[in-house]
Parts: sequence; C-alpha cells; structure tokens
Amino acid sequence: MENTNIDYSSSHLAILLIIVFFLYIGAVITSNRKSHLRKWPFIRCVFWFFGILSVALSLLGPVASQAHMNFSIHMAGHILLGMLAPMLIVLAAPVTLLLRSLPVSGARRVAQLLRKWPIRLISHPVVATILNIGGLWLLYTTDLYMMMHHNLLLHIIIHVHVFLAGYVFTASIIYIEPTAHRYSFIYRSIVLLLALAGHGILSKYIYASPPDGVPRTQGETGAMIMYYGGDLIDIILIFILCQHWYRATRPRLIQQTQSFGV
Amino acid sequence: MIAEAPSVYNSRIPGILEMLYNTSILRGEIMTHVTNVAAVKRHTNTSYRQRNLWSGFLFGLGLVAFIDETVFHQLLHWHHFYDKSTTDIGLVSDGLFHAFSWFATIGGLFMLADLKRRSEWQIKRWWSGILLGAGIFQLYDGIIQHKIMRIHQIRYVDNVIIYDIVWNGLALILIFIGLYFLKQSRHSPFKKDETNGEY
Repeated sequence: MENTNIDYSSSHLAILLIIVFFLYIGAVITSNRKSHLRKWPFIRCVFWFFGILSVALSLLGPVASQAHMNFSIHMAGHILLGMLAPMLIVLAAPVTLLLRSLPVSGARRVAQLLRKWPIRLISHPVVATILNIGGLWLLYTTDLYMMMHHNLLLHIIIHVHVFLAGYVFTASIIYIEPTAHRYSFIYRSIVLLLALAGHGILSKYIYASPPDGVPRTQGETGAMIMYYGGDLIDIILIFILCQHWYRATRPRLIQQTQSFGV
Repeated sequence: MIAEAPSVYNSRIPGILEMLYNTSILRGEIMTHVTNVAAVKRHTNTSYRQRNLWSGFLFGLGLVAFIDETVFHQLLHWHHFYDKSTTDIGLVSDGLFHAFSWFATIGGLFMLADLKRRSEWQIKRWWSGILLGAGIFQLYDGIIQHKIMRIHQIRYVDNVIIYDIVWNGLALILIFIGLYFLKQSRHSPFKKDETNGEY
C-alpha cells in the first residue's frame, strides 16, 4: 500500500523536475537575449542537467524503490541527493541566473530578500554545517531512520531536508553565486574540514552500529559507500575552494612595481 | 592550511578584498602603496621560506595518508576499515585526519603552484617539508592511532610488532632526513639576491 503511495507521488515528482529543468533553460534564453550581458556559459546548463538528473535518480526509479529494503542503495541515493546534486546545482548558479533574467526591479527585490537575516543565518557556514551533518547524525543514530520508512510525510520532509541542507552547505563553502556576507578562505576551509570529518566519523559509526532494522552486511557496505562516496565529492569541493583562493591571491604587486618602474 | 599572504605584500584583507575581487569591478585595479621596499622584501623572504616548508609539509602528510589508503587499505587489504577495538577518540582522530589529509594534499599543491608563479619555490626547503610531514604523520599513525587509539593494526598477523617496528622506524628515518634538509636549507643563502631588485 505504501509503495503505491510513493509511486503515485513519483510521477508528480518527475513532472516537477522536468518543469524545473526547463525553467532554467527558459531563464538562460531570457538572459542571453539581453545584449549587455555576457552569454550564459553552456557548462552551467550541463551542471544543471546533471544536478536535476542526480535528484531524479535518487528519488525515482530503481534506487528509490529499493532504498527501503536495501541500506547500501539508500546510501548511494543519499550521496546522489545530499552531495552530488547540491554541488552540481550550486555550480549551475541558479540564483545568478535568476537575477540576470528578471527585470531590474524584480532582481532588486530578490537581492534584498537574499540579504534578509534568515537567509544570512542559514547560509552561515557553521549553521549550514550543523543543519547538514547534524541532520545526518540525527537521522542515522536515532529511530528517525526507521520512522521514515513508515511515514510518507516524514519521508518527504527528510528527503527535502537532505537536499536543501546539502545545497545550502555547498553554497556556504564555495562562492559561485553573489553572496552578501562572505567569510574568509581559511574560515571556510576549517568549517569544511570539520564537516568532512563529521561525515567520515558518522560513516564509521554506522559501520559499527547500523540503524535499527538494517542487516549488518548492508550496514557495512552502506557505511563504506558513504565514506568513499563522500570523499569523491569532497575532493571536488576542496579543489574548487583552493582554486578560488589561488585566483584571489594572485600577485598584483609585481605588475604594479613594474609599471611604476621601481 | 592555507597561509595568509603577508598583508603588506598583498593587501588582501580577507572578506573585503575577496568581495571586491568577486564583484569583478575592481579586478586588477587594486593598488598597494609600498613605502619601504626593503622591509617588505625581508618580510616576504621569511614568509616564503615558511610557506615552502608548509606547502611541503602538507603535501607530504597528504601523500602518506593517500598511500596508506590506496596501498594498505585497498590493494593489500592489510588495514581494516573499522576494528572492533577502536576507541571513540580513535574514530574522531581518524575522521579528522582523513579529512585533513585530503585538504593537505590539494591545498599543499595549490600553495606550491602559488610559490612557483611568484618564483619563490625553494626546492630543498620544500622537500624537507615533505619528508617531515610524511614522517610525522606516519609516526602519529603508527604510535598514537594504531597502538593507543587502536583504530586498526598494520596487518592482522601474529607478529605485528615487526610490522610496527618497520613502520615507525621508517617514519623516524623520514623525519631525520627531513630535519637534515631543513638544517641545510637554513644555511643556504636567500634564493633572491636583495640587491637584485627583483621579487
């Protein structure tokens, strides 16, 4: 009975994801019509496509239908929904695109909204980390994981939270979009480091004591998928953060002294 | 892990400049007024010497952690993902060092790229950093993490003590060679001649 429920909602979800994908493409077309703006990079559309695809893969099809029974598959879905999809979507810079495609007055209103304190609070690196990693600890170390499989509403809330928390966290660490209140590279590096450690420690904790109702072997494989899958995404995040640091600290004095002839 | 550029040299006030840079309006137009060139040069010279050491240290640490993961965990299957006797503090230490090692590898290499674009790479000092980072991490892994925190053993055999001796002995050798290089690089003159005017 529960399965039919989820199947019913999954066709709605598929339509929703397709609409979201084409909204972005529509915004790209609108933005490209504005002659004073540079053309929107094609690679961002690619990121958006694969981001939406990752969400779809984790919530629809075989991964979603087997995630209830199999913890390893649930974990693969978690990596897709909570880490890969958010990263790809951050790289697609949807907020920047929104600001570019809206008329000036609308863009100004959105920019004002983004500067409001609730957004600032949630996108603070430490708060975003607690929402993201703390949420995972809560899910896998309490009865929440079991309850999730018996309550459709809880199921939806948790999956939405995993995705949104992943998105906010990624956006708080690497600045692709215009960000009102910025934190230094070293600050974000330390927060990212602690977040990765929290993720790794949780993986090994799950290996040792999987959530109730999860067979030992599945718990072990799932934990290893979480640990090494997490590593893969984290390497990309670290690389992007370091690359931004490298670009921002490029020597400027050399050019200056040369031009002054010192 | 990412060292801040000396403030006089780069005038990178974290946050503000980063913001200006990213708005791309002021990109390339930020100027610094330097009055005492010699003082700046002395300051940057010591700072670059330190950064060479740190870049090597971080990369060395990351490299050893990476070899540990690929060779001993994945290829040989000597190390175990989790050992029942692992203490809680061991789990935390392992998680922190695992995360830090990824950061160190990538960050260390970006620091190296930064030194190279500034023509400030001091090879001997950098290598001393590599050996020290590698040796110190291996010793920490071998003594604290394997033995005291009991994350996992080197190999699950009877005479694991032999493996422990080789492991930690190797770590000590790396540290000593690193210290020797460090001492040598300390005596070597500054890479950049002060009268050269080029920095």
